[in-house]
Amino acid sequence: MKQDVILAGVGGQGILSIAFVIDNAALKESLNFKQAEVHGMAQRGGAVQSHLRLSDSSIYSDLIPKGKADMILSVEPLETLRYLEYLAPEGLIITSQSPYENIPDYPDRDKVINQVRKVNEARLIDSLKLARKAGSAKTQNMVMLGAASRHLIIKEKNLLRFIQVLFESRGRSLVDMNIQAFYLGQEAVKT
Amino acid sequence: MKSEILLGDEAVGLGAIHAGLYKAYSYPGTPASEIMEYLIKASQKRKNFHASWCVNEKVAYEEALGVSFAGRRSLVSMKHVGLNVAADPFMNSAVTGTNGGLVVAVADDPSMHSSQNEQDSRYYAHFAQVFCFEPSNPQEAYEMTRKAFDISEKTNVPVMVRLVTRLSHSRSRVQPYPSQKPDSIQYGKWEDWTLLPVNARRRFKILVEKQPNLVELSNRSEFNSLTLNKKNSQLGIITSGIAYNYVLENYLQNNAIPSLLKIGAYPLPANLIQDLVRQVETLLIVEEGYPFIEKNLRGQFGISGKKIKGKLSGDLPLTGELSPDLVRKALEMPPYSTHFLEDSPLASRPPKLCQGCPHADTFHALNEVLRSRSGANVFSDIGCYTLGALPPYNAVHTCVCMGASVSMAKGGADAGVDPSIAVIGDSTFAHSGITPLLDAARVKANMTVIILDNEVVAMTGGQPTFASGEELDRIARGVGVEEKHIRVITPLPKNKEKNIRVMKEEIDYKGLSVIIASRECVQEARKRKKKRG
Repeated sequence: MKQDVILAGVGGQGILSIAFVIDNAALKESLNFKQAEVHGMAQRGGAVQSHLRLSDSSIYSDLIPKGKADMILSVEPLETLRYLEYLAPEGLIITSQSPYENIPDYPDRDKVINQVRKVNEARLIDSLKLARKAGSAKTQNMVMLGAASRHLIIKEKNLLRFIQVLFESRGRSLVDMNIQAFYLGQEAVKT
Repeated sequence: MKSEILLGDEAVGLGAIHAGLYKAYSYPGTPASEIMEYLIKASQKRKNFHASWCVNEKVAYEEALGVSFAGRRSLVSMKHVGLNVAADPFMNSAVTGTNGGLVVAVADDPSMHSSQNEQDSRYYAHFAQVFCFEPSNPQEAYEMTRKAFDISEKTNVPVMVRLVTRLSHSRSRVQPYPSQKPDSIQYGKWEDWTLLPVNARRRFKILVEKQPNLVELSNRSEFNSLTLNKKNSQLGIITSGIAYNYVLENYLQNNAIPSLLKIGAYPLPANLIQDLVRQVETLLIVEEGYPFIEKNLRGQFGISGKKIKGKLSGDLPLTGELSPDLVRKALEMPPYSTHFLEDSPLASRPPKLCQGCPHADTFHALNEVLRSRSGANVFSDIGCYTLGALPPYNAVHTCVCMGASVSMAKGGADAGVDPSIAVIGDSTFAHSGITPLLDAARVKANMTVIILDNEVVAMTGGQPTFASGEELDRIARGVGVEEKHIRVITPLPKNKEKNIRVMKEEIDYKGLSVIIASRECVQEARKRKKKRG
């Protein structure tokens, strides 16, 4: 049993928080994992990605080979396309359809969405709308984690447990908001 | 003991703590910063060791050397180019030798994710003739760091732990084992530690005579392992550090791994290499960084009757970091099928200054001033503000190394650049901007230094700065800048006209002036607010 996931987004969108939740849940389930992340300069509003590998046997490479990712889980649609060559032919895309337009040459939004849709197994989520419904646009990352939750080889209860751990130092209401975001994302994905 | 989830950097920190670390020092720099971040956090809980940021890497190294002199274990960590700054004490500490174990953890940045070059620190270890470890995962980073302290004390040389970005920032499970207690104090001998020529000649001879012993240690190290495949006399692989993972990844579905030498400890294990070379016709060298192993193996004339493949042969690229895909190609395996983008290339999303960043206000004002001064050049430095080189600012024209903005502006002014302007952050100024300012003040060089004071080391994640606000003013006065030409501005949109006026006055002044542009980093302000709740 193994699962290789490319996490993608823009610096500041909280993809390392998604990684924190999955890593800790994986440890709890005695799965091996490796997670390569980006620190430093790119975190200033640039493209960020994390290679997250889960397996019940040994994991060697810290980076996922091109064509071997089982899933791209992305908080931003243009960033999804950036890592397309990592996705296995039968791989799954779970992405936000809400663009983060902090560059002057951001491509036409419909073109971006259409390119994503060309991949057979693509699920697009209006993460911005759902995050606002949960209480804050900042919870888009947890909306996306929720959307991916039924496709991850990790148990839902362990994901929820570490969302709690991640936010508990900042108060009950923030924990609840993020858990609600998780569930809204989960409901938005039918299959 | 309970296993933990750690970055490669953090595993080095934990390894040092469990090895009986007494004191650790560092200066922030990606990808090494998290070593000290981890140690500082841990020291607040454990209290049996100390960890602190220093003003620069040279100071950090020398403080660690002082701890070693006193017979206690110390760690000093930095990014690869930080070792250039600390090269003087590093090279000489191999000659004095160590008393308490001294470990220098250096993180290289192949592909230059956050750096200005991709120098390979293994050359420094080789240059100084010291032992070096190169881990391939966080567990090894933990174990090797612990072992490094023992080897440092056994051989009386500092030991390097060489990391690369992909390991520094790769997270996985680490299984620790029971820790050792810190050593008690025991001073070094003056005749070993006072490098007057009479002592240095004797000490250097000792270092050189130690080398066969270091090679022997390396031959026997548990971190160097040769696995022979007697059925395959064609190919043998030599790999080290993170590159080992990329090799193994490509043999996951295949049991027939060729003979493989995994190197985790240097100097190169000569016996193991010979054993492999005897066995195979072609050698493939897979290493992250410069072709260090490959060059050593190849020498000037290669190995008679053997083919050596690697970066020098063109089978792997000489620049940029490796990946499982590049290694796959070198192994002559077909690529996996995948998805392709139709409308490539995709719009890139480079990093940029944050919304509301004080540096942006300073650059907007400076650009306005310089629009009417055609001979102007802005020498910049290392920090967030280097992003001022990109649109929409296009405000700075050089970035070389820490502190170089001030010294290059002085050189530029000497050569006739007018106006010659330096922009440097508060922490970079403390790191190595003060000495060139002293130099410029002695001759009243015709230049303006703008200190971008955001009260923090921002790019690397918000570490404390050594000089900010009032302190910068006092330092500028102290090194001899005229008081009336030290000006303080607050870079905010509403102050733009006022700031332009101040900049004009000081840039037009035919002498040395310093403008301190003070406003807190927006990221830090946000963090502070969050903490307060």
